[in-house]
Amino acid sequence: MIYSLSLLLILVGLYGVVVNRNVMKIVLSLLVMEHGVHLLLILIGYRAEGRPPIMDATTAATEFAANAVDPLPQAMVLTSIVIGLGVLALLVALCVRLYQRYGTFDVTRMRRLRG
Amino acid sequence: MIPLFIALPLAAAFLLPLFGGRHPAFADWLANGILLCLVILAFGSIGQEAVYHMGAWSTPIGIDLRLDPLASLLLIAVSVIGLITAFYSVQYMRTYTAKHRYYGLFLLLVAGMNGVILAGDLFNLYVLMEIATVASYALVAFGCRHEELEASFRYAVLGTLSSIIILIGVALVYAMTGTLNMAHIASRIAEIGMGPPLMFALALFVGGFGLKAALVPFHAWLPDAYPSAPAPVSAIFAGVLSKVIGIYVIARLLYNVFGVTEVELEVLRWLGVISMVVGGLLATGQWDMKRLFAYSSIGQVGYIVLGLGLGTPLGVVGALYHLLNHAVFKSLLFLNAGTVEYMTGTRDLKQLGGLNRAMPVTRATTLVASMSIAGIPPFNGFWSKLIIIVACVQSGFLGFAATAVIMSIVTLGYQLKVQRHAFATAPLPGSAAVVTEPRLMCAAMILLALGCVVLPLLLLGGFASPLLIGPAKEALLGGVLTLLPEAGG
Repeated sequence: MIYSLSLLLILVGLYGVVVNRNVMKIVLSLLVMEHGVHLLLILIGYRAEGRPPIMDATTAATEFAANAVDPLPQAMVLTSIVIGLGVLALLVALCVRLYQRYGTFDVTRMRRLRG
Repeated sequence: MIPLFIALPLAAAFLLPLFGGRHPAFADWLANGILLCLVILAFGSIGQEAVYHMGAWSTPIGIDLRLDPLASLLLIAVSVIGLITAFYSVQYMRTYTAKHRYYGLFLLLVAGMNGVILAGDLFNLYVLMEIATVASYALVAFGCRHEELEASFRYAVLGTLSSIIILIGVALVYAMTGTLNMAHIASRIAEIGMGPPLMFALALFVGGFGLKAALVPFHAWLPDAYPSAPAPVSAIFAGVLSKVIGIYVIARLLYNVFGVTEVELEVLRWLGVISMVVGGLLATGQWDMKRLFAYSSIGQVGYIVLGLGLGTPLGVVGALYHLLNHAVFKSLLFLNAGTVEYMTGTRDLKQLGGLNRAMPVTRATTLVASMSIAGIPPFNGFWSKLIIIVACVQSGFLGFAATAVIMSIVTLGYQLKVQRHAFATAPLPGSAAVVTEPRLMCAAMILLALGCVVLPLLLLGGFASPLLIGPAKEALLGGVLTLLPEAGG
């Protein structure tokens, strides 16, 4: 089913986070995961042949509820994208600082801390 | 009154970076003043139970903030620990640049935590949790040295991962119940029952929030992140952050939204016991003071989760009481470690020694905190551990009770190690000369040490239902949430 595709995207992202050694690629993999979840959310609100969830004076509430796609997950995805942007900015800033300190993007060579 | 808990620190967090740079004293006063207001508000919220509808939209459409005795208990913990650590920061953070930005992030963290406590629906809980965690990633990296950046990166990657897991859970719950409001979800689950998708969502929540709380299989980020942050930040992390965005949310979801079952409780018990053992044993091997305390934090959180996992009234009382106590003594220990580092320039136990004479206040307060955490009567830690152990025995988990007792002795062991190596032994040759301890930092530590002595007074309300904690326990065990009457704006 189409849901499994978003799950696949999440798993691809997870694989990237676990396997990559480059900090930037880890950050990008997190982004892929996040968008997988966003697609899942959009799919939850989706309705085949649904109309855009915009209510105007001529539509009755019951007709609207029967035909429109669910707007709430869309609002959630918008919020989540904005949060994701904030986190991404912070992570990229961290990567830049890490590169300045260590001179590398390789996580396996950033080992000042011991277990 | 309820939205002020979020609005006040949020507003100040935006004002500080704008105006705080020119007048450093202004930043100190504003941050501490706001936190003092929050303390007053938090104590004012005792005994109230209400829902606030944001923008006056009614419940299924608008956003709810929900105040109940459990929320009051945590609001008090957050604001008091926040105020004391901010007060400590006035002097401690002089060694860093850009103090106003630090306060901005600090208040953002407080706003996020208050929001998580008050949130009445899952998605806003997620959003406010993200506010708190993003601020915490930045605070861990605040010093911008090698270790701090590395720890912050690890923490941020794992934290983002757990947030994504939580968001999947939120999506699943919405798909199954068609609502995000916690009270509505609870009533919908009562109708449709816990199907496999909801069980999966619950597992995702326990995993995601368990990672934020650093329960043992998910604890890898914590021993790096806590020691790397500035001392007041480690204090608020260990004291309240991991509890609010980890333990509190798990407890709330399990007890008040999904409804407890024996399987869920068993998972919690095992998570608790494993955290307790692994955290305690790893702590004994550490030589970095803050790192030792960080591992010990994992172990103590294990006690709280074990108490919650018992599911009996006494177990929950013990857990909530230990949560409050741990907030006080673990923050105190981190502030002590911060003072030691501030004065001597190191927190390596092998290089320290003989601070006995030079730092009498730090020594005395560390001793109080150590005795509390190790469970020596009459300090607060003894009572909460006693309640948890008695509750274990009552429920018939003798093995868990014995483990709790043994780990308490291990705790005593590693706390004595700190006492001996940092304070008791003769100073090593070549260790830096020590001047008198900074007054403000001492005041903050003494306040927390007083907390360790005063908190047992809560038991005056009775052993099974202490003051403050009794109502919170009732709120947690009162079954799933129902819709509450509306509060005045």
